[in-house]
Amino acid sequence: MLNKAGSVAVKAPSGRVGLKKQARRMRAKGLFGRIWQYRLSYLFIAPFMLCFIAFILIPVIAAIGLSFTYFNAIEAPRFIGWQNFQYLLSQDLLFLKHALPNTFVFALIVGPGGYAAAFLLAWLITQLPEKSRRWYALAMYTPSLTAGIAMSIVWLPMLSGDRIGYLNSLLLQLGLIEVPKLWVTDKDYLMNSMIVVTLWSSMGVGFLAMLAGLLGVNKELYEAGKLDGICSRLQEIWHITIPSMKPQMLFGAVMAIVATFKAGAIGVELSGVNPTPEYAGHLIINHIEDYGFIRFEMGYAAAISVFLLILMYASNKLSWSLFGSKEGE
Amino acid sequence: MTAFVSKALGPIGRLGRKRRRSRLNRMDGFQWVLTILLTLLAVFMLMPIVYIFNHALKPYHELFIYPPNLLVREATLQNFSELFLVAANSTVPISRYLFNSVIITGAAVVLVTVVSALCAYPISKHKFPGHELVFAAILLTLMFAPEVVQIPRYLVVSYLGLMNTYPGHILPLLAMPVGVFLLKQFIDQIPNDLLEAARIDGAGEFTVFLRVVIPVCMPAVATVAILTFQSSWGNIETSSLFMQDDEMKNFPFFLSTLTSNQANLVARQGAAAAAALILFVPSLIIFLLLQGKVIATMAHSGIK
Repeated sequence: MLNKAGSVAVKAPSGRVGLKKQARRMRAKGLFGRIWQYRLSYLFIAPFMLCFIAFILIPVIAAIGLSFTYFNAIEAPRFIGWQNFQYLLSQDLLFLKHALPNTFVFALIVGPGGYAAAFLLAWLITQLPEKSRRWYALAMYTPSLTAGIAMSIVWLPMLSGDRIGYLNSLLLQLGLIEVPKLWVTDKDYLMNSMIVVTLWSSMGVGFLAMLAGLLGVNKELYEAGKLDGICSRLQEIWHITIPSMKPQMLFGAVMAIVATFKAGAIGVELSGVNPTPEYAGHLIINHIEDYGFIRFEMGYAAAISVFLLILMYASNKLSWSLFGSKEGE
Repeated sequence: MTAFVSKALGPIGRLGRKRRRSRLNRMDGFQWVLTILLTLLAVFMLMPIVYIFNHALKPYHELFIYPPNLLVREATLQNFSELFLVAANSTVPISRYLFNSVIITGAAVVLVTVVSALCAYPISKHKFPGHELVFAAILLTLMFAPEVVQIPRYLVVSYLGLMNTYPGHILPLLAMPVGVFLLKQFIDQIPNDLLEAARIDGAGEFTVFLRVVIPVCMPAVATVAILTFQSSWGNIETSSLFMQDDEMKNFPFFLSTLTSNQANLVARQGAAAAAALILFVPSLIIFLLLQGKVIATMAHSGIK
């Protein structure tokens, strides 16, 4: 009895170990087997992944590595641990007082605002007759197509601080203001001007994707919806259009986040000076450029961009969860 | 909730129903109002394009007026002749820069769309081990500030021996995470049944990809092509960082040298304005062609 029990006790673990080993071997074989089974998929992604790894992944990993070093782009990087991040979050007054809050304000208004505007305009264009759609799409996309020229021709004369500036002369004539306002050089107005101009030019990739997505929504769904009692356009959008173009909406959201957090040149372009007056338009990207290309502290610049990456990742998660919950409704 | 919305939106709802009845023959009131409003907005948005065309035709005494005139008063072609004069006197003929630009952009547009689509399809539909990791990496790198990766990227290019070669121009452009992300989102929408049906009919993976996935996702493919064209046609970065030989640089780079390194801000502004127009027109044409394709294919897309 005891012997039996002992033998069982001895046997059981060994058997279990054997099973475990076998399972592990099976699993390893299974993983390799699955990888082999999917070899065609890997062949499909190989060309992109090779370029991606060489020109994006390795440089990004290198930059993350650099964020833990002191690197002035001439001498070899010197490892300094977390010092860059400690300085960034405790002593860098320019960053904490200006770059970070400015970026938050800018992103909170421009991100959702530009996103909503892109969807609204894309939807309005799809409501037009088919023949003229392409021309309206061109018009809305113009700012992205002409980039810098749009800025210098439309906005600089419009927001010019003297009384010749279009906006000032209009407001003066209407009697709404008595003195010309310095739209782009006064620290109180600069941020507002930046937000307006960026919203105007926010019809980028996200807009094109949403337009294509909207046009691709199955027309029969609308007919079915009508039978189910949907009778207004707003209901149509909410119950049919948005759910059936969720992937494009998600793409638009991610691109809106990326675009707003990566915006930086706008303040300098508008005000014409770098840094912007009293750092009123100083964004995180300006801070990165300042340290990277003016002071040549590449290690510290890399640390700031790692911080920016974390910030973007967090807001990305937020938008992802927002769209995830909408599915459950 | 639904009842409340429909009550609140009663009038709009009635308008919607009226629209449906008359949709086949003519535009309704909603569309008329919309057309007028959007046209006003469009005119405002289109100002830069009008400006580029007019600016290239302005004589010197009109080029520097501030605030700038939108329309040209005395149109002249002297800017173009100045550009040809500058080009004739440069050490490398202008045709060489244009040739480089055309080769690079053509190759980039074709290769990026093919390579991105090839990558997006398995990520979306195959669920191979590691597909989530690959997608997460693509998304994450999209968010990294481009400024700080310049030095490591320069090192990679020089280590691979791509300096002063056409691949040095093209390969960095091939890694366009936005394209893969966009195409993956569109391929997600294709019902699996459609792909299954094709496989049951005996199609291999490559045939499914070429005959089913690509045609259905044509709008996304066209969008990626537009983006690639824009980023490669106006790309100065690879020319200034990776190319030391003048013969290997592209047209936008030549354009940027017209006005920089000048003692004053007046010289060659006319030539620069003409060159800006020449640089811009292809983007415009490509956008209109491909955007037309987006709208046309949508009308008869394969999914039902």
